[in-house]
Amino acid sequence: MCRLAAITSNKYFSPMETVFALETMKEGHDGSGLGLTLKDLGGEFQGLKKYPVMSGICSRKGVRTLDDYMKKHGFRLKHVWTPRIKPVKGIVPRDYYFARAYDYPVPYKNKPLAEKEDLLMKTRLALRCIGEPDESIFVFSFYPDVLTLKEVGDPLELGEFFGLDRDGLKAKVVFAQGRQNTNYAIYLYACHPFFIQGYCSMTNGENTAFVPIREFLMSRGFPGYTGYNSDSEVFTHILHYSSRHLGYPLHYYKDVITPLKSSELAARKDAGALGLIKQSLRPLCIDGPNMVIGFTPDGTCFMVQDSKKLRPGVVGGVKGKYALMSEECGVDKAVPERNKAKDIFPMKYDMVIISPGAEEVKVWNQLQG
Amino acid sequence: MEPASGLRLDHNHKLSLREFPYIVRWRDDRCKRCGRCTAVCPVKAIEATVKIQRYVVSEGPAPAPKAERKVIQVVEQVTDMERYCVGCGSCTLVCPNEAIEPEFNPQNKLLHYKNKGGEGYKRGGRRNDPAVSTLDRLKFTRISMLTDPALDAGRHEFRVRTLLGRILPPEELPLKMVNGQLVVDKESGKFIPPVREIYPIMIGSMSIGALSPPAWEGFAMGVAYLNEVEGMPVVMCSGEGGMPPRLLRSKYLKYFIIQIASGYFGWDEIIHALPHMVEDPAAIEIKYGQGAKPGDGGLLMAQKVLKLIASIRGVPQFVDLASPPTHQTKYSIEEAVAKMIQSMSMAWGFRVPVYPKISGTRTARAVLNNLARNPFAAALSIDGEDGGTGAAYNVSMDKMGHPIASNIRECYLDLVRQGKQNELPIIAAGGVGKKGNLAANAAALIMLGASAVSIGKYIMQTATDCFGDEMNRCNLCNTGKCPRGITTQDPKLYRRLDADRVAERVVEVFKAADVELRKIFAPMGRSTELPIGMSDGLSTNDKAMAERLGINYAC
Ligand code: SF4
Ligand code: SF4
Repeated sequence: MCRLAAITSNKYFSPMETVFALETMKEGHDGSGLGLTLKDLGGEFQGLKKYPVMSGICSRKGVRTLDDYMKKHGFRLKHVWTPRIKPVKGIVPRDYYFARAYDYPVPYKNKPLAEKEDLLMKTRLALRCIGEPDESIFVFSFYPDVLTLKEVGDPLELGEFFGLDRDGLKAKVVFAQGRQNTNYAIYLYACHPFFIQGYCSMTNGENTAFVPIREFLMSRGFPGYTGYNSDSEVFTHILHYSSRHLGYPLHYYKDVITPLKSSELAARKDAGALGLIKQSLRPLCIDGPNMVIGFTPDGTCFMVQDSKKLRPGVVGGVKGKYALMSEECGVDKAVPERNKAKDIFPMKYDMVIISPGAEEVKVWNQLQG
Repeated sequence: MEPASGLRLDHNHKLSLREFPYIVRWRDDRCKRCGRCTAVCPVKAIEATVKIQRYVVSEGPAPAPKAERKVIQVVEQVTDMERYCVGCGSCTLVCPNEAIEPEFNPQNKLLHYKNKGGEGYKRGGRRNDPAVSTLDRLKFTRISMLTDPALDAGRHEFRVRTLLGRILPPEELPLKMVNGQLVVDKESGKFIPPVREIYPIMIGSMSIGALSPPAWEGFAMGVAYLNEVEGMPVVMCSGEGGMPPRLLRSKYLKYFIIQIASGYFGWDEIIHALPHMVEDPAAIEIKYGQGAKPGDGGLLMAQKVLKLIASIRGVPQFVDLASPPTHQTKYSIEEAVAKMIQSMSMAWGFRVPVYPKISGTRTARAVLNNLARNPFAAALSIDGEDGGTGAAYNVSMDKMGHPIASNIRECYLDLVRQGKQNELPIIAAGGVGKKGNLAANAAALIMLGASAVSIGKYIMQTATDCFGDEMNRCNLCNTGKCPRGITTQDPKLYRRLDADRVAERVVEVFKAADVELRKIFAPMGRSTELPIGMSDGLSTNDKAMAERLGINYAC
């Protein structure tokens, strides 16, 4: 089972903090990969907040294809960050790891955000499409103020490999997943966290209802619902679908993936709407075993469980810094100074929501609404 | 033995018993000549007769054999194809001495001869094909092991429920936000189609008339019990032939789907009962076709149209009741089917789901796509070639129709391509439980994409102890002479059937199936929703089948 570590803070911190927290849960992952998503970037990206950042990996040939493509489509390169690679035994470095900030093509400069987001996603997908067959280009995210790193190997070693301990790279929200390779061949696109248009999530466990969920998402006619090299990618897309596409407030995510029984539903004030949502989104109901940690474009972080709570998950911290982890030891590492008695272990009806800037933590209970 | 009378000493002008599908094994030494077997035989395939027996005796101290003759009584099978032994076994059941038993004869030539008077062979039952069907070749091979813990069928909560009715796509739900909560926007004027939460195994359409009063009542009582006492929302379809007037006006109507078919039998009574209904029916099924006899209408033979049936159906007694093969008002699917769905919806104030039932066909997708565009169509029921019937031509049953598995799969995948897989539920019928694997067949169809399955022949065989099988055993359902009292209107026959016992069996069958469904879903890690379309859980050991159904091949 993969291990998950997320930290949200009102101060910029090094992603290494999250990797160290992940390291404490080491017996749970087999060192087969690390995925890192940084949101609300500091360091050299602090002044580039409005520019979309493309994160990925290219071969030498891929860089040229990428440059040509971006130039042709009117994106102007603003800033390039590349990790200061330190060779580590067992990790085979690829040609070119990067996070590049671009300026929008001129016709898009004054377009509404939604249109910009669509352009960014389409660009990411087009590049994926071009680079996937020969693995010359991997693009993990292309969005303002978000940076993603993924590689096969041991998380701690990868942290050193990327030089994250020496780099000035910082963020206020950092998600990290230590991969436990089970079903799939190790493939970078199968590595969490997954990201789409400002929404991000990572999950442990397997998704038994993967096929019907994937079919439902793929049949929505939305080009971003694709990929699915991992059964967990659908969790991110469901989040995007319910929040961005359908416009439901965040807590309805819980109602979508783990709908209440008819008898429980009746007690909710919004029972009428819930009943309809439950029917219309029936194929998105999950059965676990899963714990999902995610963030939304405004920086809200959350944790939810499947309806049987078959996977561990804990949230703890202090005002200004919270950790969302698959295990308690991760929280201990990330925020040792907190009052442990106040740690939250979300149960099957709970959704733990941490407001942007780690301001406050709320437990939303599905039964009460 | 010699014939006791008549001049001909050989039988060379007759059919031999080898031509007959069942040969009656009668044992002279055990028979005490009580005559029960000949009295009970529904087709008069056996008769009591006398023969002259020649035997050799020798008396006195030295051997002096001499032949003598005596008259003996025997039970003999007739060699008239109109009275062929159907292998029902009633004679065996009534015999006090185990002296008689039918034996299947695989060499038989029934179909060569069963066309006397130029009339094709008619019967009840289902397709006579005892081979293992596609459904029974599907297995559940994605078992949750360690990486994803299997659920516990006994401990975890299971919601084995499905939806019957048109479901709006999420984008079209009339919702608005009030104080951070979603509420139904009543002012939007958007029509929200009626949707029922039901048990995913339904009892399919078997009419009063086709069934005897205790059989139909038994099913109905069983269904009511399952709902009211067991909390299992099982629904049952009336079949074409109306419903008992009292039931129409009772609170139990909500457990029934009323069928309207091309003969409109019983609808006079239903329309008259409309103002007095205290509950809406579960749904309305418009029958356009039946898997057992595609292209044929319903048929109730005159001998079954007795007083009660005549009054419920609003017809004279003792006339053949043939429903036309097609609805006479049906001009085209675009207009007439849509109109029929709309008129039926209107009759109940758009509070009742209305859906068509068709027989399995290669063209099912065309129907489906049409319905997908009709916002009032509540579902599509597809009845595969292994469905049963009370009366049809043998050729229709044996040679017409489409297997259900691939029909359901292609329809579902077609909906997936349009993104409507959750909007228009597909109900699968025809051969579910044919070999007794009700839960496994139902689960397999659900994983192929069905929202629910419908059972007819299976529940009849199981709950009423019907003799019928795929070796053409019995299948007398069309004749009014059902030896079990299931498909007859003759009180002398149907008193053999106890409605309470039928109801009890219905309940037992559903409870057992429920346990088995959990036993299937739990190890696959599915419990809160039905695994509709969860095709990665299925596999078969036939490559071509796997490819056609888009499932795994495992061997
Ligand atoms: S098996 Fe049935 S049909 Fe055959 S002789 Fe016996 S009672 Fe008659
Ligand atoms: S027992 Fe009755 S219902 Fe069953 S096959 Fe025979 S006639 Fe038909």
